[in-house]
Amino acid sequence: MTDHLPTTAGAEPAIRRRRALAPSRGGRPWTFYVLATLFTLYVVALYGPMVCIYILSFQDVRGGLVFPMRGTSLHWFVDLFTQVRTGDVKGAFSRSIRLAVVVTIITVVISFMSGLAFRKRFAGDSVVFYLMIGSLVAPGLVLGIGVGLICNVLGIETSWYTTALGAQLSWTLPFGVLVMFAVMSRLNSAWEEAARDLGASAWQTTFLVIVPILAPGLVAVALFGFTLSYDEFTRTLLTAGSLNTLPLEIWSMTLNVTSPSLYALGTVTTLISFVIIGVCLGTIARIQKRRAAGPAAH
Amino acid sequence: MKSKAKGGRGSAGWLLILPLVLILVPFFIVPIIGVVAASFVQSDGFGGIIPGFTFENYKGVFTSGLTYQLYWATLKFSVFAWLFSLLIGFWIAYFLVFHVRNPLLALGLFLICTVPFWTSNIIRMISWIPLLGKEGLINSALIKTHVIDQPLNVLLFSSLAVVIAYVHQLTIFMIVPIFNSMARIDKRTIEAARDAGASRFEIVRFIVLPLCKTGIALGSIFVVSIVMGDFFVVKVMSGGGSASVVGAFYEDIGVLQYPTAAASATILTVIVLLLVVAILRTVDIRKELTR
Repeated sequence: MTDHLPTTAGAEPAIRRRRALAPSRGGRPWTFYVLATLFTLYVVALYGPMVCIYILSFQDVRGGLVFPMRGTSLHWFVDLFTQVRTGDVKGAFSRSIRLAVVVTIITVVISFMSGLAFRKRFAGDSVVFYLMIGSLVAPGLVLGIGVGLICNVLGIETSWYTTALGAQLSWTLPFGVLVMFAVMSRLNSAWEEAARDLGASAWQTTFLVIVPILAPGLVAVALFGFTLSYDEFTRTLLTAGSLNTLPLEIWSMTLNVTSPSLYALGTVTTLISFVIIGVCLGTIARIQKRRAAGPAAH
Repeated sequence: MKSKAKGGRGSAGWLLILPLVLILVPFFIVPIIGVVAASFVQSDGFGGIIPGFTFENYKGVFTSGLTYQLYWATLKFSVFAWLFSLLIGFWIAYFLVFHVRNPLLALGLFLICTVPFWTSNIIRMISWIPLLGKEGLINSALIKTHVIDQPLNVLLFSSLAVVIAYVHQLTIFMIVPIFNSMARIDKRTIEAARDAGASRFEIVRFIVLPLCKTGIALGSIFVVSIVMGDFFVVKVMSGGGSASVVGAFYEDIGVLQYPTAAASATILTVIVLLLVVAILRTVDIRKELTR
């Protein structure tokens, strides 16, 4: 509507502003420095404690839970995977990763379908929407108790790959669909209409047009699916049955183990998270970069 | 060209949404119904139940002074966690959107803030132990600089530690939606306000804040529902000093008092849902999300 404005509107008031509200130093207002300090403090507080436990996990056998560092070794990592008292960490790892992979696949597929569905109105769409919000905000342990009770009544055994899988999906799917909402809102329907006008079938439009366009968003959904499942605790606690997933293992270690083994586990599990995050963000960046190379960049 | 197959649209929508419903029904609706149903039966005291309908469990919950203490404690933590995460989250988002001029740098800094969200909450929580502990970094630094000569015991295993852990975990839930709302604000609106003589404070108060309502509402829903439903942060970080509503009925489960736990769980779920509905009433989240 006001397309003739932006080119001049950007530059001119900027000059006037500097004259009017002059307190800026080097072109920056004083609020910049206050907020930059707050931001720095926040990032330090965000990462500082995590970095502390990574460092402390590399102590040698004399190591304790606090600084100063006592020696350097991989003792606690070896301890983590060989000691009986730290539980079945290896098994928990493999279960958690397998579960997260399955959750990721289901979350991406169902979130994508739901995202498509919510683009148009359908009978009961609000009901489904609020069900989803309800599933997101309901206390995880309450759902866990519920699943446990129902299984008890029906005589179904709870296990990490059945009931815990479902319980985790009730948490990852709302997130996935919310991310899809954000992604879909930027999807221009002109692309599909063009495809349809050129004679593409519904399947072709979906898989040759929509999916490639939404690819970065789908990777983001996958990132949520994997990490939320991999770290899920409250919903899994009462639904995983007799074999622990990794967060449950960490939980029982927090209560029993007071050696740097706990920190070593933290280092290993965070490392896996970082690899996943790196792969996903890297993939998104690569797709965007390839697109930016074309003329259609935003 | 858009009027094609109007009648078919609704059923296609249902086919697409069906898988989501097929997960939510058995893993959200049915468990909730199960919990509500269990809250009306009587426990035989040995983990079994006596069939029949009773309000005894609710009577027990409502007449126990402990219940009110637990809710008071949980409410207090929710308010503190909400307040601090909102204050910090709002200004972090404000900084990223309005003060960082290079959009790529803003995105990078935003990602720095979000990465820990994708890592383990429990690990991030216990990572405060080497800092806040009796012999932790903060205490030893304060002793070395002669600010104090006895280690502060309130740092770890206290309500303070619980609030710190919550704010550490949950500020991210404020930053992301508020950042999203702020990024959509047309910069020209702010230029216009400035030209019309609005002060920095007035711009935040009358333009940025109202336009961030959705983001703040979404963030608040996350923070409040997570704190209300939490028990492990309270348990570990308070060192057993404080309890929480969820922690209490988790203990009931441990001693097989299912009906009592179910009554407690039902009440909590109703309260959380009411809080969320109250927040949702202030904004049309669905419209905002799908626009």
